[in-house]
Amino acid sequence: MIRFDGVTKRFEDGTVAVDDLSFEAPAGKITVLVGPSGCGKTTSLRMINRMIEPSEGSILIDGTDTGSLAPAELRRGIGYVIQHAGLFPHRTVLSNVMTVPSLLKWDKKRARDRALEVLELVGLGGDYAKRYPGQLSGGQQQRVGVARALAGDPSVMLMDEPFSAIDPVVREGLQDEFLKLQEALGTTIVMVTHDIDEAIKLGDRIAVLRQGGRLAQFSSPDDLLAHPADDFVASFVGRDRGYRALSFKTAEVPIHHEAPVRLGDRLGPGEEWRLVVDDAGAPLGWVHADEVTGPLSATDLQLGGTLATLGGSLRGYLDAALSSPSGRGVVVEGAELAGTVRPDEVLHVIQAAPRATGETILSPEEPA
Amino acid sequence: MSVWGVPLGEVWSLTLDHIYLAGLPLLIGLLLAIPLGWAALTRRWLYGPLIAGTGLLYTIPSLALFILLPGILGTQILDPVNVLVAMTLYTVALLTRTVADGLSSVPNHVRQAATAMGYSPLRRLVAVELPLAVPVISAGLRVAAVSNVSIVSVAALVGVSQLGTLFTDGFNRNAMGPIVLGVIASVTLAVLFDVLILGVTKVLTPWQTAGRSA
Repeated sequence: MIRFDGVTKRFEDGTVAVDDLSFEAPAGKITVLVGPSGCGKTTSLRMINRMIEPSEGSILIDGTDTGSLAPAELRRGIGYVIQHAGLFPHRTVLSNVMTVPSLLKWDKKRARDRALEVLELVGLGGDYAKRYPGQLSGGQQQRVGVARALAGDPSVMLMDEPFSAIDPVVREGLQDEFLKLQEALGTTIVMVTHDIDEAIKLGDRIAVLRQGGRLAQFSSPDDLLAHPADDFVASFVGRDRGYRALSFKTAEVPIHHEAPVRLGDRLGPGEEWRLVVDDAGAPLGWVHADEVTGPLSATDLQLGGTLATLGGSLRGYLDAALSSPSGRGVVVEGAELAGTVRPDEVLHVIQAAPRATGETILSPEEPA
Repeated sequence: MSVWGVPLGEVWSLTLDHIYLAGLPLLIGLLLAIPLGWAALTRRWLYGPLIAGTGLLYTIPSLALFILLPGILGTQILDPVNVLVAMTLYTVALLTRTVADGLSSVPNHVRQAATAMGYSPLRRLVAVELPLAVPVISAGLRVAAVSNVSIVSVAALVGVSQLGTLFTDGFNRNAMGPIVLGVIASVTLAVLFDVLILGVTKVLTPWQTAGRSA
């Protein structure tokens, strides 16, 4: 657990970057600091490992005041990941990852084994260890950055815009992997981002900061979307928050049986939209009878629709239903077709579901 | 056996003297320039005075320095130490700025990452910043090496023998042979220094040449 206790940072020129910040980042959870530029989120993060010293107040990690430890010692116990990974270009991937274990004076074999283990964990096993950072893609470098932060087995990890410099497609994947990794390791994480979508996706707790380093709201993501504390938070969280809030709601939605066809089949008369699956039963796409002559081939497929996961969020169901060319949202279980949902029925379920009632953990009006 | 009127043995011993008088100051000067360059970079108020001051050193004429140093150091005028000290000063003059530039060429995010991993400032310098500054420092060192090889020859005028002695010798005897030989030997030596520095740089920076196989 990381606790900010009335932390203020005033720079020498008199500007206040962080103003009387108090909150608790729970152990084993991801806490995201989010806000516009100039809100002091990075300054706040760097005060945790004392790359920046607080002017007032204290920061406690598991009850220990960080001000009571030597900075270098403190930092060796805290993983740190930054935007461009910040890898040491003159060292191999393995040597980069061994940095903290070496600083902690682990014996060489243990440090090496640990480094290889965490590299495997972030999906860079095998001969990546011998390469130099310059030989890796941006996404791979960021994985090494995460591995390096994990190598010393820290109980706390700080991440400063870890996924911002990575192209959107790779970013999605990395975020998903990161969530799984975090779930498995149970590390306490504080992350900084300017991207509210990323905050909502990754955070268990979100601290919204406003200009001048003041805490605007501290709550869970679903509560943030449902109950923004004020106009600033509401506008920062964005216009389509009603839709995004559905990410956090699950409910039973009627699943209709869908009789699929396969590539090579011929469509009979009177059929409009049919779903095509592969031999394993995984959906491939939709075909429309008017546009197909002869046996079905891969070029006939319309690929527009997204897939919802059975038992997943209402957002997934609604999106699948809305994006499907046939108006029937495809639901999968694992990779296999489970059935389809209808938009009106999904909306009906959403209407019937109770509004989110998560409680705001801390907002300026109602201090905890 | 002799080349152009100069015994081969003498050419050899003059060359060794030249290597010693130009090369040793290069190493000592580098070792001195590293802390100076670091200080210039980490203590902002020192940057101006240090860079300007060391830069000015280079403008002192070498002959004047060779003559003045015995008075300052209390050495004999013929003592090679005078030349070693003078050449070290010139090396420091050229390299302090180079080291500061090299260290500041280290990307900020890399420096921050090193700090966040738990390196103390000194360890960070040795383990991260200096290795990354090698390409820039090496470029400066090549300039200093050539400059040293060239300036050292002036020491012949104060009687410290090295390849420059061939010039005074040829001048006194009104013979072209020793002068041409001295020029060829000096140039060859400068090229050798350069190749040596390039080689060491290459060994120290394997990451720069590693192919993009990803």
